[in-house]
Amino acid sequence: MPAIAYPSAFRRLFDEIGTVDAVGVEERVAKYATRSIKKASKVSGLKLAVSMVDLTTLEGKDTPGKIASLCRKALHPHEDPDVPSVAAVCVYPSMVRHAKKHVAGTAVRVASVATAFPSGQTPLKTRLAEVRCAAADGADEIDMVINRGAFLAGEFGRVQDEISAVLEACGDAALKVILEVSELETYDAIRAASFLAMGVLREGDFIKTSTGKTSLNATLGNNQVMIDAIRDHFLDTGISIGMKPAGGIRGAKQALHFLVAVKETLGDAWLVNRRYRFGASALLNDLLRQIEKEKTGAYQAPYYFSDAAESY
Amino acid sequence: MPVHATMPPTAPAKAKSALRNGRAPSPHRGRTAPALIFGDLWEFDPAPESADPKLKPRYELFINGEFVPPRSGKYFESINPANERKLAEIASGGAPDVDAAYEAASRAFGTWGRMPGRERGKYLYRVARLLQDRAREFAVAETMDNGKPIRETRDFDVPMCAAHFFYHAGWADKLEYVAPGRKAAPLGVVGQVIPWNFPLLMLAWKLAPALAMGNCAVLKPASNTCITALKLAEIFQDAGLPPGVVNIVTGPGSTGGLIMAHPTASKIAFTGSTDVGKVIMRSVAGGDKRMTMELGGKAANIVFDDAPIDQAVEGIVNGIFFNQGQVCCAGSRLLVHEPVAAAVTAKLRNRLRVLRVGDPLDKNTDVGAIVSRAQLDTIKEYLKIGVEEGAEMWQPPCRLPSKGYFLPPTLFTGVTQSHRIAREEIFGPVLSILTFRTVDEAIEKANNTPYGLSAGVWTDKGSRILKMSTELKAGVVWANTFNKFDPTSPFGGYKESGFGREGGRQGLLDYAKLT
Repeated sequence: MPAIAYPSAFRRLFDEIGTVDAVGVEERVAKYATRSIKKASKVSGLKLAVSMVDLTTLEGKDTPGKIASLCRKALHPHEDPDVPSVAAVCVYPSMVRHAKKHVAGTAVRVASVATAFPSGQTPLKTRLAEVRCAAADGADEIDMVINRGAFLAGEFGRVQDEISAVLEACGDAALKVILEVSELETYDAIRAASFLAMGVLREGDFIKTSTGKTSLNATLGNNQVMIDAIRDHFLDTGISIGMKPAGGIRGAKQALHFLVAVKETLGDAWLVNRRYRFGASALLNDLLRQIEKEKTGAYQAPYYFSDAAESY
Repeated sequence: MPVHATMPPTAPAKAKSALRNGRAPSPHRGRTAPALIFGDLWEFDPAPESADPKLKPRYELFINGEFVPPRSGKYFESINPANERKLAEIASGGAPDVDAAYEAASRAFGTWGRMPGRERGKYLYRVARLLQDRAREFAVAETMDNGKPIRETRDFDVPMCAAHFFYHAGWADKLEYVAPGRKAAPLGVVGQVIPWNFPLLMLAWKLAPALAMGNCAVLKPASNTCITALKLAEIFQDAGLPPGVVNIVTGPGSTGGLIMAHPTASKIAFTGSTDVGKVIMRSVAGGDKRMTMELGGKAANIVFDDAPIDQAVEGIVNGIFFNQGQVCCAGSRLLVHEPVAAAVTAKLRNRLRVLRVGDPLDKNTDVGAIVSRAQLDTIKEYLKIGVEEGAEMWQPPCRLPSKGYFLPPTLFTGVTQSHRIAREEIFGPVLSILTFRTVDEAIEKANNTPYGLSAGVWTDKGSRILKMSTELKAGVVWANTFNKFDPTSPFGGYKESGFGREGGRQGLLDYAKLT
């Protein structure tokens, strides 16, 4: 514990990074949802979104067989050759080597959740071992969870030390730091946790909203607070951190609203899958369905699209 | 330590930061500062609103429940400010038309004023619902007539207009309780002149309370923006509003003068510029007409260093670029605390770079057209004055349409209290940025204006909000927000911004005789 507990760690951090007004944030993001994305801009937005998907399966019942079909879907989301492959497949550490077999040598990366996902409640030693294992099995990206307990108790040094340790264990793999926003509750806390993570991250690492395992996941509001933080950090240090909203984005229209937020907050440099990702599974087929609809003018039945990860 | 020697004196020492490897010192120091790219990597296609505004080629006067041609037989053109094309012909009403309107209103008052409030309320509810039914059509018409973006007419002007009718309809059968212990009676016939910046909404602010209380009205819309008022007259007909309860006389400014000075009017209500307001007040001085004046403003939007900066920036943008800044309560003076002045200005510039200026009918347009050539010229004149007086002007790069009255959102930095752009109402998308150091200085600067319509305060400290709202001489003080309106909330000014209130119980009482 720090010798001086007053003002609290939170107060000192807020003094440094500023606070957030919740009403104002929600008013700002409501405007994104009124943007009308039509015709060519819609198609290019949808394809961009496809290229940003981290196609995810995080279930106890995952098997190498399921991972194989997930990887195939990630590489060829649709028969239309204009549709790009997704950014990555996101799996549990034990599935990394199976996934790697299918996507090695392609543009699709393997991301692995690690650090006792989703709670993070194991000794640091165990969590680090898990990260090393996933990296050694060929994970290109590691999705870790922060120590929310330490964060809420104001032990920011510990939160940052643990992220640093995971970073070291990652080696060359990119790191995505999951804040688990629903457990932080306030926009102020989300901004604070974003800065704590970015303070130790390297260029090209990510911050991510949530595990998808709690009730509230990515919303335009907490996405906005995090990309505002990324922008402030970039303008201050020159270091570009990526962003990954995860969980709860199921519709194509919703995904386009997130992209509008990126376009109007961070600008063109973040409209690439090196800087922005969607952690999702059901989203992919809705994107494909909308792309097909723009091409043919009619909505296709769901069974015209190969199964995505969520459906079996 | 040598590493500290290279750090600028203002940078906090690394050890003091709450963040490890945190925000300072910046590794990019000495190299080009990082910048955001707002390009066209993902450009939006045009998304025009396609609802039919159902415009007529010619609009007559609305007197005694009927559309009648003006006695003079003269008409003037209404222009779409976004493409300078003619929208419709509007009747030019004169003295005989104004007399006829007042006569009709007087006749109607005999029944309308005595009708039970509950019955009057039914008409107002009907008007509100019929407007909601035709909301999109009215939004498109309003956008074409005024130049404001469809996003605003669709999401603000039209729904807010309906909300005012709904709210006052609710009062109509509760007038016994509006002034406890006293009896509220209607005044008679009221004359009303409204401006062009919110044609429908200003009409609702004036008509809804007047009618709910039992008055009859003669109203003149601004000559630039008559169409939606006359479209609403169609709704009055459809709602079965008794003839003469509302009369709409269009015409030049002089017609407005006739309405204000007419002997039949027991009350006049005006919203517009302070200059015209003074002329009207002189013309009726000595009589016994009641008056409500809602005039100009030069609102201070005050940002303290503890404010949530990103949301404050959003509020500043809403404050001055909403409706192209053609808002009497626009936050046209930004007073920003010196320690955060540079940060706020930098964030504001990045925000302005993503505002979309252009075709008002495009659903993605944030800033539309200025209402008229004359208004555009006035604003441009002020830009020239600002530059000549030594303030620094900045506009984001943007492609303006070749036709129409467009102006990019504009910031002036280095502005002081003595600059004309900080003292005079510009009524355009032009923000003057001033700084302050202490709370008292902020209050003094904010109040150092002949106007007193509105103000904004941005701070995390609740006690400061209370102090500021007590000491700011402004009719409305918004805290951590700006340009928020509600039918239940009275709106009006101090000093040369006028007197009387519109909205809420207070606004209703301005249309009542209390005994």
